[in-house]
Amino acid sequence: MPNEAKRFKTKELTLNMGPQHPATHGVLRLVLDLDGETVVKCTPHVGYLHRGIEKLAENRTYTAVLPLTDRLDYISNMTNNAGYCLAVERLFGIEAPARAKYIRTIMSEMTRISSHIIWLATHALDLGAMTVFLYSFREREGLLDLFEMTCGARLTVSYPRIGGVRCDVSREFLDGLYAFTEEFPRRIDEYETLIDKNRIWLQRTKGIGVLTAEEAINWGMSGPMLRGSGVSYDVRKDVPYDAYGDVDFDVPVGANGDVYDRYRCRMEELRQSNRIIRQCLDKLPPGPVLADEAPDLDMPFEAAKKQVPDMSLLHASISLVKEYDAVPEGELYSAIEAPKGELGFYLVSDGNTRPFRMRVRAPSFVHVSILPKLCAGHLLADVIANIGTIDVVLGECDR
Amino acid sequence: MEPKQIASRLQRAFSADVEKIREFRGQTTVTIGKRRSREILGHLAAWPEFSFDYLEDLCGMDYLGKKEPRFEVVYHLHSLKHRHTIRIRVPVSEDDCAIDSVVDIWAGADWHERECYDLFGITFVGHPDLRRILMPEDWQGYPLRKDYPVQSDLGEREWPGFTDVVKTAEENSRYEVR
Amino acid sequence: MILLKIAVVVGVTMLHVAYATYFERKVIGHMQVRLGPMRVGYHGLLQPIADSIKLFFKEDIIPTDADKPVFKLAPIVPVFAALSALAVVPIFEGFVIADINIGLLFILAMSSLAAYGIVMAGWASNSKYSFLGGLRSSAQVVSYEVAIGLSLVGVMLLSGSLNLSEIVRAQQRHGHGMFVIPQFIGYFVFMVAAFAETNRAPFDLPEAESELVAGYFVEYSGMRFALFYAAEYIGMIVMSCIAVLCFWGGWTLPPMIVEALPALAKVPGIVWFLLKVYGHLFLFYWVRASLPRYRYDHLMSLGWKVLIPLALGNIVLTSLAKFLL
Repeated sequence: MPNEAKRFKTKELTLNMGPQHPATHGVLRLVLDLDGETVVKCTPHVGYLHRGIEKLAENRTYTAVLPLTDRLDYISNMTNNAGYCLAVERLFGIEAPARAKYIRTIMSEMTRISSHIIWLATHALDLGAMTVFLYSFREREGLLDLFEMTCGARLTVSYPRIGGVRCDVSREFLDGLYAFTEEFPRRIDEYETLIDKNRIWLQRTKGIGVLTAEEAINWGMSGPMLRGSGVSYDVRKDVPYDAYGDVDFDVPVGANGDVYDRYRCRMEELRQSNRIIRQCLDKLPPGPVLADEAPDLDMPFEAAKKQVPDMSLLHASISLVKEYDAVPEGELYSAIEAPKGELGFYLVSDGNTRPFRMRVRAPSFVHVSILPKLCAGHLLADVIANIGTIDVVLGECDR
Repeated sequence: MEPKQIASRLQRAFSADVEKIREFRGQTTVTIGKRRSREILGHLAAWPEFSFDYLEDLCGMDYLGKKEPRFEVVYHLHSLKHRHTIRIRVPVSEDDCAIDSVVDIWAGADWHERECYDLFGITFVGHPDLRRILMPEDWQGYPLRKDYPVQSDLGEREWPGFTDVVKTAEENSRYEVR
Repeated sequence: MILLKIAVVVGVTMLHVAYATYFERKVIGHMQVRLGPMRVGYHGLLQPIADSIKLFFKEDIIPTDADKPVFKLAPIVPVFAALSALAVVPIFEGFVIADINIGLLFILAMSSLAAYGIVMAGWASNSKYSFLGGLRSSAQVVSYEVAIGLSLVGVMLLSGSLNLSEIVRAQQRHGHGMFVIPQFIGYFVFMVAAFAETNRAPFDLPEAESELVAGYFVEYSGMRFALFYAAEYIGMIVMSCIAVLCFWGGWTLPPMIVEALPALAKVPGIVWFLLKVYGHLFLFYWVRASLPRYRYDHLMSLGWKVLIPLALGNIVLTSLAKFLL
């Protein structure tokens, strides 16, 4: 038998899962070397969505960088904004008022639910279970409607501001959110009924994409990728920010580090997010939503008077608007627990109103780098499962 | 351990190489020399009192005109065992724009170093596969350097991929229905 | 006369194919809390006509490096094979185009021929994705053909004939009137293998959208794509017809029920036949809406290591039962 195998000449097939492909969740390009159905080597190519956000940030004031951060992980905008605002607040030494902190926590957790819903829907869709997609997007529509009610935008919100949030939430929002949290646990059960104990689902996710705890730590994984392998590290518990220190929640941790464990982690996180939102709604303190020292964005009177705003006047005045006696000079790394993992902002300031350097530590960037390791030696169909489990958004990966 | 303690411990162990320690908003930065940077980072990962097993971030900095050496590579290290953090900066001069790679200590440094090379032009000696990651493979120049323009009006130096697309669009426009 | 019969059968089948696509979208839509086609005509009833017109008028694109004769021939083979299989299917007592002795064997042979079309399409498209899809599909179809054939042996044993009309008449001799009751294992194996033969979920890996972007017919457009699509649905209808004829008593009702409610015997046989076939088509849609997709190696191991032993066991049990009883 071995002799016959040697005489059989086979060639490897190089397959390009191009930037445009239904399953690559954005413009990710994978070059796969296949031996039959087995992947011998997998090379990811990223950078198709590189927009130079870090370079742009060096030329805008701190407040003007905020809309850029919306577009990082474009399906979890509130957390990106909250992370950036937190970093700038820590750098400037401003503290957001309590109500703003609670609102930011609520919004972040709603975003976590929304992002995990997209993950679940697309992951199941790729593996063939189409119905989960349509059931779960019902809930997401509800959440996006609530976002729109508050700040006018469903996706690119720019709602958390440096020093708090842009405006207060309405009674209607709170009622709508309360009703959502009442119903959501039952909906999660519904999704789980469809796939959780299904034999085909288990066969396609158990034992696939296994990552041990040491490997996960060594490769810089974060979020459910790390927790699925058994390492209990959640930035919300380690370095509590906003209102996370005041609420009770558990951090689900997996055991084996395979696709199924990460799936269970994220499903459990949906429930915990619901719990956090409920507690925040109950404890929401009254008060202002923007700190007094927050950088102001009023359009100066002269610019507003003109029919066509004079852009040069606008730029000059924004940078003069708040004379900080100190935009302090220094550097700061501030991380939050985004739905995808640990999102970090490293800001270096030289005393100007524009950041000298803004570095975005994106979890998706690190997670895509582990794809070659996860896919090598496994079947083509597992590549799809692996792409789904790392839960990447290319906007964040490429910045 | 508190960041200040880590910094002072480092200074005692490697006094010749620790150039500066700075503290700001509760976070400590230690600047060490390039010569033994890889060795010191390895010790930070391996010594049980430090155990920095998690590389949070690795990025580059460009201080054109502000200070010499021009570049710096910044490492953010975190220990999951002891739950402490430190920031290490290693200056890299423009003439000798290379530094030892730490891929064998933390595998996650792989793509961070590629990005640093891509956007700043800092070569990482010992990296298994140093090539551009975010920009196209045949891009000229290092975009995140301070002397690289924000708005691209590169004229002659424009990326051939873009000029090809513009040319093809002009050729195909003769098929347009007017 | 015979030409008229052929015309009627082919015409009715193609109409069924068109509206099977419509009902699939509606049924799956409602299962997914949405409505399906609603705009074209009343509740979207004219949707299949709109689709056919669109496909008919589309540009015929053939990749430059494709193997042109094979590329053009490939869509015709599965349609031809599936439609030929319909020639031996009796719809009600006395209405069959060709009442041959080996009807069941003929249908199995024709569905094997359909596999050729898939291989030809995958090869001739000269694209890696379609190549992979064609390979996967041909291996899958070949494996599950064995299971289908073996699952029907129990029916052949019980009825003593391969003629489909004879099989239906043989079921009338029992009180329950359907072979699905003694042959439930055979029926289960047959249905699972039928899903795999027609490349339907959960065995639709060859055309898995998220992996191979339509697999073996990715390079086809317009009328050629319409032919592949039609072939898939004709295959579904043929498989449903076989299931109804061999396991559910075809156009007849069980004698037990006819004794209890004699009024039902006045309803023409074709109504029962169509109802049972529609029930099976609904099963196809239901399974597609609910289940994830099998990975390729699981699929193969299911076919060879689970279904074939089950079918063989069923044959042994049936033979023993027939010998002893």
